[in-house]
Amino acid sequence: MKRRGLLAPVRHLLILAAVAALLATDAMAQGKSIVVASTTSTQDSGLFGYLLPIFKRKTGIDVKVVAQGTGQALDTARRGDADVVLVHARAAEEKFLADGFGVRRYPVMYNDFVLVGPQRDPASVTGADILTALKRIAGEGSPFVSRGDRSGTHMAEVSLWKEAGIDIAAAAGPWYREIGQGMGAALNMASASDAYVLSDRGTWLAFRNRGDLAILVEGDKRLFNQYGVMLVNPARHPNVKADLGQRFIEWLISPEGQAAIAAYKIDGQQLFFPDANDPNA
Amino acid sequence: MVLSGDAALFAIVRLSLVVSLSAVALSALIGVPLGAFVALVRFRGREAVIVLLNTLMGLPPVVVGLAVYLLLSRSGPLGSLGILFTPAAMIIAQTALVTPIIAALARQTIEDLWGEYCDELTAMGIGPFGRVATLIWDARFSLVVALLAGFGRAAAEVGAIIIVGGNINGFTRTMTTAIVLETSKGDLRLAMGLGAVLLAIVVAVNALVWRVRRAGERIAG
Amino acid sequence: MPSSGESAAPGRESLDSMRTRATDLPIRFDEVCVSRAGVTILDRVTLQIEAGPPTVIVGPNGSGKTTFLRATMGLIAPTQGRITWGGADESPPVHRAFVFQRPTMLRRTAAANVRYALRTSGLPAARCDARIEELLGLVGLGGLGGLGGRPARRLSGGEQQRLALARALARDPAILFLDEPTASLDPAATKAIEDVIRTVSSSGIKIVMSTHDLGEARRIAGEIVLLHRGRIVERAAAAEFLSSPKSSEARSFIAGELLV
Repeated sequence: MKRRGLLAPVRHLLILAAVAALLATDAMAQGKSIVVASTTSTQDSGLFGYLLPIFKRKTGIDVKVVAQGTGQALDTARRGDADVVLVHARAAEEKFLADGFGVRRYPVMYNDFVLVGPQRDPASVTGADILTALKRIAGEGSPFVSRGDRSGTHMAEVSLWKEAGIDIAAAAGPWYREIGQGMGAALNMASASDAYVLSDRGTWLAFRNRGDLAILVEGDKRLFNQYGVMLVNPARHPNVKADLGQRFIEWLISPEGQAAIAAYKIDGQQLFFPDANDPNA
Repeated sequence: MVLSGDAALFAIVRLSLVVSLSAVALSALIGVPLGAFVALVRFRGREAVIVLLNTLMGLPPVVVGLAVYLLLSRSGPLGSLGILFTPAAMIIAQTALVTPIIAALARQTIEDLWGEYCDELTAMGIGPFGRVATLIWDARFSLVVALLAGFGRAAAEVGAIIIVGGNINGFTRTMTTAIVLETSKGDLRLAMGLGAVLLAIVVAVNALVWRVRRAGERIAG
Repeated sequence: MPSSGESAAPGRESLDSMRTRATDLPIRFDEVCVSRAGVTILDRVTLQIEAGPPTVIVGPNGSGKTTFLRATMGLIAPTQGRITWGGADESPPVHRAFVFQRPTMLRRTAAANVRYALRTSGLPAARCDARIEELLGLVGLGGLGGLGGRPARRLSGGEQQRLALARALARDPAILFLDEPTASLDPAATKAIEDVIRTVSSSGIKIVMSTHDLGEARRIAGEIVLLHRGRIVERAAAAEFLSSPKSSEARSFIAGELLV
């Protein structure tokens, strides 16, 4: 039976797809690689995009970053689906270690949070300290966007409300919008609805859709945000690439890695401050 | 469209096509014979299977993504394969999404055609393999349209592949997952650029559907 | 190529070798009943179909002609009773072919339809082209260059019927069944089909066909079988049936008054 000409391209596409799939898996098999579960703030700020090529050039190791919220990243590591986890929620990290899923926690760097809001500032928070600012926002019922996703940023926000003496679960009304998504999505929503939002400086600086938003509160010591990195415990998950993972951690805390972190800037501003050698971090 | 590297865009588009095309190829290999079987064999529970296939056509991608994620996680039953957060996992998830579409459409097409051909093929004493081969060949244009429908679904979805792929830069980032990322970074221009490419592909697929249908009518009447 | 009354035999082999091949004749019906959903369609039919001139089944609508033909072909199993082909209880339709009342064209060209029948009955690919040309010429569809290249579903009703005939003959049958082959055709197409049937019959192929048209029975039949309400009412050589029918139903039918 004669082949109809029209089917030939479809057949060719299918063959192409099969070959390409084989090539894709083949490429995957070659080369050393690790999976790092990290936060959306490190991804959205562009830090990894800057750091990882440097690391790869030096060691030939491919670092595959799966960017999730802190809570989800720790879950992924608990399940053994990552080799290294890099997040910014010390209490959760300590628990992770205590439960035996991590080997050791190394401080890496810090950045800070900023309170971002509409320039007309309906709750008059500009220049105040963070706790006062939050009290005023809750008092006015001004729109506030919360990530609500168990991320490091979300956990920091929740503890700030608590420190300000506000039971946010009880006080929440239509003004408090928990979206269950990452920093970028939260900023988008805040921009679209002229709301306040707590953001890490890195994501804010890299964010392009600011609308009427601007930084209104910054520099408060309570907005300090520490990142820690841990190797997933190979005793719990034998598949973890402990050697390669440890090399990545060691590079991050090495003088070279720390210098690279400090060198990353957006618009001339440094986002992350290396502090691997700080005993209090 | 401003891009920080055409190489990066090319890699993203290429991965999208590889994942979706592979998924469609696998789905066809599973779905067409499955559809033919359900169309032609009278077995107990057949009607329930048909309803099930039709229902599964509307599987929410995120649900499929979650299910495959739990399957492929190291802590899951297939964890030892170690393919979570790889293109292979994305292909598996999309195959799960697309196979019911192809199976259900193939079943409908082949059953309809069998209704027409039953008398003649039986009178010619054609055995089961001959019947299936004849039906699939004569229905090929409609089957290709079903494949293209499956491809359209796969190329457009993001819920499944972002969960099982992890949207890893340079490795599991496709057009749809990149759009999600760029949108969340507020880089809407780039997101729209990617969206335009994706739309162009969807339009091309639909144009191909049209041409296949016309060719079918012209050739087979 | 002339389509009737000439020496080119439609069969691939000579008449002699066809007759010595194991065929399904005689076909015996033994007290055969066919019922569906509680309704009796054929009622205790007993007869034997032998080689020879065409056997034509006549009867009013609903008398069971189609069911009878399908059962004789082997497409329907009897609910009671027994059908045998050349003495065998089961016989795959290798040497039989059927032309349905409304034949289904495969979604291919006319020539490809015939090719399908040829290939599935075992003809080597190399010999197909010549045979297709022959068969299409026989039924008046003009060979590979003419209507052969057109999608079969685009042919007219009469052309499709002729194509179905070519397809059936492609299987080199010893028996050819036709279910009201000219029922939906105009007089010209009817004549064309009847001419082919006569040619086929004269080459040694047994014809078993049904018709509601008494004139057609007169033109074609060697023997006539009258079915009424699922029962065989009368059976005789054609001339005898038409000039001196024995049963009241037969007389009534010939007079055009037996309607159901």
